[in-house]
Parts: sequence; structure tokens; C-alpha cells
Amino acid sequence: MSSGRERVLARVRRALADVPRDERPQDVRVERGYLRVHGDRTTARTVDLLAENLADYRALVHRVDAAELPQLLKRLLAAHGSRSVLVPPGLPPGWLAAADPVLALVPDREADTAYALDAVDSVVTGCAVAIAETGTIVLDGGPDQGRRRITLVPDHHLCVVRVPDQVVGSVPQALERLAPGRPQTWISGPSATSDIELNRVEGVHGPRTLEVILVDGRTEGQG
Amino acid sequence: MSGTSGTYLGMPAFPAAARDAVRNETLRGNLRHATHTIRDKRAKAVAELDDWARLRAAGRDVKERTLRHLDHYLVQLEESVTAAGGTVHWAADAGEANRIVTGLVKRTGRSEVVKVKSMATQEIGLNEALEAEGIRAYETDLAELIVQLGDDRPSHILVPAIHRNRGEIRDIFRAEMGSWGRAAPAGLSDDPAELAEAARVHLREKFLRAEVGISGANFMVAETGTLVVVESEGNGRMCLTLPETLISVVGIEKVVPTWRDLEVFLQTLPRSSTAERMNPYTSMWTGTTDSDGPRAFHLVLLDNGRTDTLADEVGRQALRCIRCSACLNVCPVYERAGGHAYGSVYPGPIGAILSPQLRGIASEVDASLPYASSLCGACYDVCPVAIDIPEVLVHLRERVVEGGEVTRNGERVTIKPAKGHRGERAVMRAARWALDHPGALRAGQRLASRTRRIHPKRLPGPGRAWSDTRALPEVPAESFRHWWQRTRGGAR
Amino acid sequence: MRVALFVTCVNDTLSPRTGQAVVRLLERLGVEVEFPQAQSCCGQPQFNTGYRHETEPLVRRFDAAFADYEYVVTPSGSCAAMVRDNYPRIGAKAAAEGRGQALAEAAGRAVPKTYELTEFLVDVLGVTDVGAWFPYAVTYHPTCHGLRLLGLGERPRRLLERVKGLELRELPGAQECCGFGGTFAVKNAAVSAAMGADKAHAIESTGAGAVCAVDSSCLLHIGGTLARRGSSVRPVHIAEILAATEEEPYA
Repeated sequence: MSSGRERVLARVRRALADVPRDERPQDVRVERGYLRVHGDRTTARTVDLLAENLADYRALVHRVDAAELPQLLKRLLAAHGSRSVLVPPGLPPGWLAAADPVLALVPDREADTAYALDAVDSVVTGCAVAIAETGTIVLDGGPDQGRRRITLVPDHHLCVVRVPDQVVGSVPQALERLAPGRPQTWISGPSATSDIELNRVEGVHGPRTLEVILVDGRTEGQG
Repeated sequence: MSGTSGTYLGMPAFPAAARDAVRNETLRGNLRHATHTIRDKRAKAVAELDDWARLRAAGRDVKERTLRHLDHYLVQLEESVTAAGGTVHWAADAGEANRIVTGLVKRTGRSEVVKVKSMATQEIGLNEALEAEGIRAYETDLAELIVQLGDDRPSHILVPAIHRNRGEIRDIFRAEMGSWGRAAPAGLSDDPAELAEAARVHLREKFLRAEVGISGANFMVAETGTLVVVESEGNGRMCLTLPETLISVVGIEKVVPTWRDLEVFLQTLPRSSTAERMNPYTSMWTGTTDSDGPRAFHLVLLDNGRTDTLADEVGRQALRCIRCSACLNVCPVYERAGGHAYGSVYPGPIGAILSPQLRGIASEVDASLPYASSLCGACYDVCPVAIDIPEVLVHLRERVVEGGEVTRNGERVTIKPAKGHRGERAVMRAARWALDHPGALRAGQRLASRTRRIHPKRLPGPGRAWSDTRALPEVPAESFRHWWQRTRGGAR
Repeated sequence: MRVALFVTCVNDTLSPRTGQAVVRLLERLGVEVEFPQAQSCCGQPQFNTGYRHETEPLVRRFDAAFADYEYVVTPSGSCAAMVRDNYPRIGAKAAAEGRGQALAEAAGRAVPKTYELTEFLVDVLGVTDVGAWFPYAVTYHPTCHGLRLLGLGERPRRLLERVKGLELRELPGAQECCGFGGTFAVKNAAVSAAMGADKAHAIESTGAGAVCAVDSSCLLHIGGTLARRGSSVRPVHIAEILAATEEEPYA
């Protein structure tokens, strides 16, 4: 194994004979003249753009005050015909308070098999950050998001974004907020494919229904 | 078409394969439809960002920095991945990589693996190597599934089954799914949504029981040890998170220095490849995570001709490629010849500069690839990392006709000119002599003008290549040079 | 103003009308045109086929032939792009091969003085109305090297739009290559012909009587394809359109 290593590294070094010995990586100039964010938007407008772009890629978008969230979740789960829902360990307990008596809440447990997850109808999570320009929500395994697989195997994902705090304008701004060491899943609309005649079709292996709920976090304290 | 992805040896040279493809009306229709659809969408997606040119320049710069200091970044990557709980392996060529992966799978005691679409594993023929050891590899990307079920070869980097239309895909699903697992539902139509649903159901059982996943990666961050896979369907997420063991085979050029560098490529790649602001799913993982995802992570760093490519100061830029396939989609030659004519898992303009560098130009098809272009430059225009593909094509043409010093398997060797260019070389020499002796040129022009009434309308021999489809230009009664002398006489 | 005409080997041998049109046009605009007899070919066919070393004498020849001129005007986007893009590469490679700076210096002299015709008209002379008359429906095919290497942009179109009597018809898929590509046309004849057929079809669909471009080599391929299909659309170099007037109409 180590012989492969030495061989490849030696080849790389020989191949780079033209690079001056005293050149350091940072001596190779990277011109970062691109924009940190595209356009000058108010916070409200950034949230609107997130909603527009999510919807453009077929996510179902809802906007509510924090106080209305439990009722909305209950309604959405019922409308989807869900009888069971996966719950990350750190999901705020109030969120599913209204749905609780009707639905089976399934905790995110390490011991559960993929088959067990496949039998659950829906999953409710928070997120780490959401990107307006691309209509993306990012999960990083935080307590209100759980293991990566719980947002993958069930066919219905409800993701709560606290606005405006969790919303950034652009991809560069999102990366600044995220911790690289954490496992991340960036989600932009439900699962899709362009493999048939390069036309986009929604719904392959990931959740076929993605509902994103933008909760106005500023009212949370008052509610 | 019985060959599978590993059997490109013995491919005919590009012109012969392309000639057959051009005659295939269905193929041309499929390709024209697909490439034109995505071309227009890409242009729109790119036009949304008014800093596109600057993102492109930054992408080029980041890749240049990486390539010029690749040893530094590979060592840093190895440290980061190891510190995060992963194991790093190094493979100098396809054989080594296949041995490493096969050994790792065997150690798990499993006899099947699920795979995310990966160019690197296709390049090394991993599925065939696993098959030889009794391990079955299931391709899970929809297009790869179509190719695998159809016992076909991929013809596009992003959409390997681009040469198939919906009706053909339905027929393949109906005929073949049953022998690989769950059969296609009765009465399956050619509606893309129904086809996608059939794939979902067929693959679901494989994902749920999977113990070993195999992937490539779009990016590897040296600084953090993070790997990135960009996808659409969710099959990637399945393979990357459900199995106990994950093995990623990644070309050494896929490393980028820093976490921040992703901000460039995560903007340029989706818009260039699927023409989306962002692809549906991007997975990022750093080694292993306690109680989330695979318990064992192996990274196999693959050379297989990349360091040979790196050794060429002009050709090196091909290693900037992020496999978006925008160059295929705009290429008028690809559109008509199709991907199979390129005789490689890397078709299109990028394939025409990558394959002859990764594999050398010893085979007929590899020596013909640098000529598989009209040098129209559309590929360079759309390339999100500004690879000057026409420049590299011409550079490789020189290697084909003149031979010279190259690096093969890490050694400097001098190669001879490729076969079949002797006549052409003589013509080029003669032309250069005539063009460098205007007196001779003048005499030739006069002779052509005097004999113009007896010039044939169609040429015999090699000249037929022109005159079969194009009228020959009529030679004028006098050349410009003679007209000038006759009318302007003594003037210069 | 005095300029040297670099007519190009294709125009010299196969399309002298194009060169004659440039002379007529520039002289009408008050430019003194000279034709240095020492010129021959820019070397593009050799270079693009892989024969860089065979191209080197032609770089030296170009430099010497046009040494006395401040402006070299050529009715070819492709040949202008060869000088501008590839001469410096040829010079740099020769230097890297330890053969001195002479070629690089020759390239350095050639590049800034070489202008494609429409560039010269719009950028140097500052004209778009050249007083031309061409009473036909015309479609314009932007050739690849003019479009993408030189970045001619709207220059040819702006000139054509000011031609009296000319009706400009939009060409579908205008930016797609016609399939000529130099030796590509014979090395990959099947693909080249298929591209040519699609281009010819697009041209015919406009209903124009003529297709014009800034490159005679592409026009030979397009014209040859049209002729073999029995089409009546004529290939015309833009210089011939711009040179035509009511007094001296296009013949």
C-alpha cells in the first residue's frame, strides 16, 4: 500500500519539474473577484427569493408564524395520509404537539434498520441553513435534523426553516456558516433525474415530496 | 453492441465509428433533441449570474494552484481523511485500484455492492474486476442502470444513456429488470415519470439490504478531508449513507485546497451540467461519523495516467475538468458522432483531450481522437474551468504526427509518430515549400487556371472525402496575385 | 492611410473576387492598399493539423512580408485568428525548445498590426456605413474563429445592416459550426458533411438568396454543400457585399 503511495507521489513530483522549487501554493494567484452574493436584497426579499426558488424546483413551500407551526405540521401530515413520522432527538417538542395523539412518533435510533425506516411515512426536521439564490436547505446532522438516513428513506420530508435567522443569500455565505467536519446534505427540491432525454422528472430515490416550512422566528418569543 | 464498459480495446478509429453513427437516424435524433434541450437551459442558468466570467476564472485558478502543488495537497488530504477516521489507499494504475477495492469488499464478506455513478470506476473497469471475483456490482444511477441492463456502453459523462430515447428505455426495463431483481411492472409505459418510478422500485430492495457502497467524488477538500458527491436522484445518498462500508475511488486531480474553494464549484458545476441553480442533492462527508452513516470509509486515490497528463505543460489543463459535460452538450461533432465513437468512458471534446493523455496514443482510436474536432471553440466557451480544449487538441495532433518526448507510466519516453500520417506529412512539407517559395506557388496557380476546364467534378481516392458531398470549387481564370500584377503592374 | 492586404492563400487561389472586393472597398474609403508579393499562407492548415514546425517558416515569411506596414488587413477571421492566437504560441514553443526568441519576436510584431476586415472597418476606420448597395435577401453565418477567437461580435452585422437594399435574414442556429474545420473536412468527412448539411438546411430555411460570412474557406464548404444539394443560394464573402455599389453592382 505504501509503495503505491510513494510511487504516485514520486510521479507527481517528477511531472511538476517545471514548477520552481521555491514556489509555494499560495504563490499561485487565485483571483476571487466573483460576488459574495448576487444582488442587493432586504432580508424579507431574501426570504421571498428562497421561497420562490424552492417552489421553482417543486418543493412545497409554506409560511407561518411560530405559533401556528404545530397545527400546520399536523395538517400537512394528515393531508399526506401519514400515520407515522420520524423525529430527530433534538426536534423542539412543541412542533409535533398537535400531531402527537394522531400519529406514531418514531425516534431516530441507531439500532433501526433501513427496512424499519422504510416503513415510516414521513420525517420532520429543522435545518442548519437555507440558501435563497439556489433554493437549497442544508442539513448537517444537528440535533433537530438527526442521522442522514432519516431524511432519505421516508418518502415525505417536512423541513422547518427559521426565517430570517437561518437564511443566507448565497452559496459562499452558506459555506461560511457550515462546519466542514459535520456530515452534510444539501437539498434543492425533491429527488429528480434528468437521465431520460435530459428532461427533469421529479421523484426517484429520495423523498418524492419535500415540504419546506418557513417559520417566522421573530414571533417565537412573543407566541 | 455487446461490449461492456471495460472493452474499449480494438475500437475503430474515430472517423469510422463516427461514420456509422452519422447514418443512424434514431441516434442522431436522440442526441440532437437531448443536447439542444440542455444547451439552451445551460445558457439561461449561466446568464442568471452576472459574475460568471469571474467564477470561471476563479475555478481555473483554484485548479491551477492545486495541480502545480498536487503532491502537497494529496499529502494534506491523506492526513485530514485519516484524522477523521478514514483509510487512504493509493493506486498507480487500474489494476492496483481494482485489487485494492476487490480486497476491501472481500474482507467485508459480502458478494454484492451498490454503486453511485462514478467515472473513475468506469475508467478502471471496476465492475468487471469485481465480477471476476464473484462480486456483483449494481449501478444505481438511472442512466447507468439503463446502460447496465442494456449491456451497453456509456455515451455521455453526465447522462450515460443519452443515446437512448424513452421508448428504448422502456423496452430495456421490460426485458431486463427481471433478471437483475425486481421486474418492471406490467404495462410499463414510456412516460419518464413511470420509468423513474420503475427504477425506484427496482433499486429500493438493493439499497435497503446494501452493506457495501462504492462511489467516486466530485471534490475532495485537502484542508478538511471532506468528500463531495453532487447528484440528483438520491441514489448517491443511499449508497453513501446506508451501507456499513463505503469505498470511494477518486482521481488524484479531484482534490481542491480549501473548504472555501467549494463556493466556486458548487455554483459553476450544477449550472454547467444539469443547467440547474443547484442539483437536488449534494452529500459531504469527512471520514466517518459516530452512529451516522458507514462505520468504515476507504478512499482510493487513483493515478492511472493522471501524472502522465500532469507532466505535459500544455495538456495538464485537461486535469482541471470537473466532469460537467457542458462541452459535450455544445459540441457539433459529439452531437452527430455520439459518445461511443470516442472509444472511451470520456467522450466528447474533453474525452478527445483526456483519453489520448490518460492512455497514450498507441491505439488507433486514441491517435484519431485529437482530430475529432472542427476546432470551432464552442467547448472552450462553455468550460467552467476554462480548459482551452482546441489548444490541447492541436498540441496533441502535433504529438500524433511528430511523436516526441512524453511521460508514460511515470517514465519519460520518446514515441514515434502515429501510423498513417506519412502521406500527409509529405503533402505538408511540399505545401510548406511551395508556400515559402511564392514563385513556385504562382506557377502552380497558373497551371491550375490553365487546366481548369478539364478539372473533374468529383475527385477519386482520398479526394472523394470532400467531393462526395460537396461540389469542388471552380478554379478561377486567374489568381488574385496574377490579377494584381496584371492590373497594378509595378506596384508592390 | 496605407495598408497591406493579406489576401490569404485560399482567396488568392480560389476566390480572387474576395481580394478584389477588399481592394475596391478600401480604396473607395480612401485607404491606399498595397499587396506585398512575398506573402503566402498564414500556416493555419499545417499548424492545426499538428505540423507546427512546418508552420514556422510561414510565420517568419509573414513577418518579413509585412515588415513595412502598420496595418495588415485580411478578409478572413480564421487567418487573422491564426496570427493573433497561434503565432505567439509558436514563438513561445520555439523559445522553450531552446531555439531562441526570433520567432516569438516575429509573432510579437505580427499580432498587433493584423486586422480582420470588419474589425479594421469598424475599429480603425470607424465606419459602419460603407456606401454599399446589395438589393438581395442575405443571411449571415458567423464563422467560428471570427465569432469565438476574434470576438467579432456585432461588427459584421452592423456593417450589413447599413447596406442599402440588403434584407438581413436571421439564420437559425447561426453560432453552430458549418463543419469545415480545415483538414477536419476530409479527415472526418462524414461528420463534416452532416454538419454542412444541417447548416445548408438552416440557410435554405431563411429563404435568403445569399449566405455571407467573413471566411472564404467556410464558404467553399457551405457553397459546395449547397451546390451539391442543388440549392440556388449563393455563398458570398462579406467583402463582396460591402464593395458592391449602385454604380458598380455585384456581378
